[in-house]
Amino acid sequence: MLAMNISMMPAAVLNGLMFGAIYALVALGLTLIYGVLHIINFAHGAMLMLALYATFYLFKFAGIDPYLALIIVIPGSYIFGYALYRWGIGKLSHGKDQNILLITLGLSIIFENAAQFFFTADQQTISLSYSYDSFDLGFVYLSYPKVISFVASLVICLMLWWLMATTDLGKAIRAVAKERQGARLVGINVENIYAITYGIGIACLGAAGCLLLPSFYVDPYTGNIFVIVAFTIVVLGGMGSIVGALVGGFIIGITESLGGLFLGESLGQIGISLIFILILVFRPTGLFGAKQ
Amino acid sequence: MTKKILKSGVSRRTFVAGTAASAAALAASNFGFPHIAKAAENVKIGLIHPATGFLAYPGGQLRYGAQLAIGDINKAGGIKSLAGAQIEALLGDSQTKPQIGAAEVEKMHEAGVHAISGCYQSAVGLAASAAAAKYNIPFSIDVGVSDKLVQRGLKNVFRMADGYGRIASAAATNLGAINKAAGSPAKTVAIVHEESEFGTGTAKLMNKYLSEQGFEVLETIKHANPTRNFDNIALRIKAMKADIVMPINYPGEYVLLARTLRQQKVDFAASYSVLGGGFNFKFVKDLPQIAENMIDVNHWYDPKSSAGRALRKRVEADGKFFTFEVYLAYLSIAFLADGFERAGSTDPAAVNEALKNSTLDPMFMPYGPTKMYDGQNIGSRAVAIQAQKGDVQIISPAEYASAKAVFPRSKA
Repeated sequence: MLAMNISMMPAAVLNGLMFGAIYALVALGLTLIYGVLHIINFAHGAMLMLALYATFYLFKFAGIDPYLALIIVIPGSYIFGYALYRWGIGKLSHGKDQNILLITLGLSIIFENAAQFFFTADQQTISLSYSYDSFDLGFVYLSYPKVISFVASLVICLMLWWLMATTDLGKAIRAVAKERQGARLVGINVENIYAITYGIGIACLGAAGCLLLPSFYVDPYTGNIFVIVAFTIVVLGGMGSIVGALVGGFIIGITESLGGLFLGESLGQIGISLIFILILVFRPTGLFGAKQ
Repeated sequence: MTKKILKSGVSRRTFVAGTAASAAALAASNFGFPHIAKAAENVKIGLIHPATGFLAYPGGQLRYGAQLAIGDINKAGGIKSLAGAQIEALLGDSQTKPQIGAAEVEKMHEAGVHAISGCYQSAVGLAASAAAAKYNIPFSIDVGVSDKLVQRGLKNVFRMADGYGRIASAAATNLGAINKAAGSPAKTVAIVHEESEFGTGTAKLMNKYLSEQGFEVLETIKHANPTRNFDNIALRIKAMKADIVMPINYPGEYVLLARTLRQQKVDFAASYSVLGGGFNFKFVKDLPQIAENMIDVNHWYDPKSSAGRALRKRVEADGKFFTFEVYLAYLSIAFLADGFERAGSTDPAAVNEALKNSTLDPMFMPYGPTKMYDGQNIGSRAVAIQAQKGDVQIISPAEYASAKAVFPRSKA
């Protein structure tokens, strides 16, 4: 048994990396929203579910390939997120963080129940012509959807990093994240930056929805399956850190995979919880988080 | 003489006549005409299912099946021995959690429930039926395979469908027979099961029964609910070169495992699931290339019965898939309604006694005559079904078979 597990380690690590990239994308939106707005977006799982449904129905009714749907779902998610914050969450919260928490929690309940009402609780899957084609590496088959997801996730993370590091918008977002009042004093429209950041966070979920659907399924509660892992990644990588979300996604993906291999797929999940506790005890700011 | 009219506009003569008639009716109710006094009272049946959460789809199917049965019974005149009392559904959501299921029982008891049908998950059924036992509320398990449900000595718990003990035994015997008929190409099995009572209990039994049939179980792999990635399990099965893959899990994981086995190009003689949560018409329609030749041992309707065909037509006309949850929930409500009918009362003790002696016609199920033994219908049985050319066929037992088994599976 142990010999078999050891021989399977390279395959398990590779699978962990592939899945970790998707985790990173989900966590990216969460960490960005936290970094700027300083709130946990409890509607994150429900938003991912909506992105998955958008991708599913674009495929079902318009025959649009999920990867091609990226060019529709990402901007659509951004507009949805921006509008939701600008004219919904922002207005209703009256500037209080605790109100935002409650509103996002309420939104998650509304979205999930609305999805169950309109789309039914039925689990939906799609089958693409290349769903089962794969690269043969000798010790493992890497299916095309997983490889595409991996590469696309890396590209999106890189683009986001570029946006935050080099553009005026990125500088404005970082300024608001660091010093809200100061940013306002130098003429930055803080409310607009909040909405833009929320929109970008939701756009990341739009991308995750398109990349995830070809190898997973969607039902009104699918988002929750990923969002708990995403919370762990945000804590591990450091709240607000883009690089942290990416590295954290990979670490959690590999930990989950190796944990499943050596401890069994049921007990293996314990590895994620263990990392969560260890980070909170020894490095509460996360691997790449700035010290307060 | 002026006719005196009462304030309500009724004449004295009419009032006297009416009062006399009412008195006569009241008297009659005490001398063998109970329908006059009891006609208005509804029979309340609680439906406890996972209406939200990761099992919301099967939960919704169960609720739909139960409500379909309630509608049919009410349309046909309700419970006749209770003066045509209508059945009223009290809806409960277990949220997939045993403690919530038990709390729903308490709420329903407060609301005056007369019987309960539920709960899909064995773990929820165990907690909810135990809570109902405190009040002796008749409890019919529509879906829930743990044999502990009916082996705790509770006099209020009944199950029309089969439990995992007999299903596991039949599944192993069936597999042995199919394998033998094909020249015994399969010798080893890898069991993949979910971690709750349903998966763990069934897997334990399968280990025992498969050994008796001469199969070697190479590994019994447990997984969490939900599991996001089955790559490691698929690679493990591939490395051990198991001839038979035996999934025992809920819908999401069932489908995900089947897809991953295909993606990782795992070679095996057959996927032979026991109570596979995801094996249904929808799976066969949505993913035909994966489902083809997969075998499942499960609750299934008798396609040769006209009642079964008619019910399937109605359900599909409603835009629903005819999954086992729909017709087992329908059967469960019919079973309870028959209990009220024969008890002629809503008194829990009388209804439990009537249910204990039930001889209900199983209508559209491939069952023998209904006979309750310690709350379990020993006339029930599961069948082996296989996806063949985009449809689902019964391959065993012989008297209900609609096609011959394709074993080992054809490899496209």
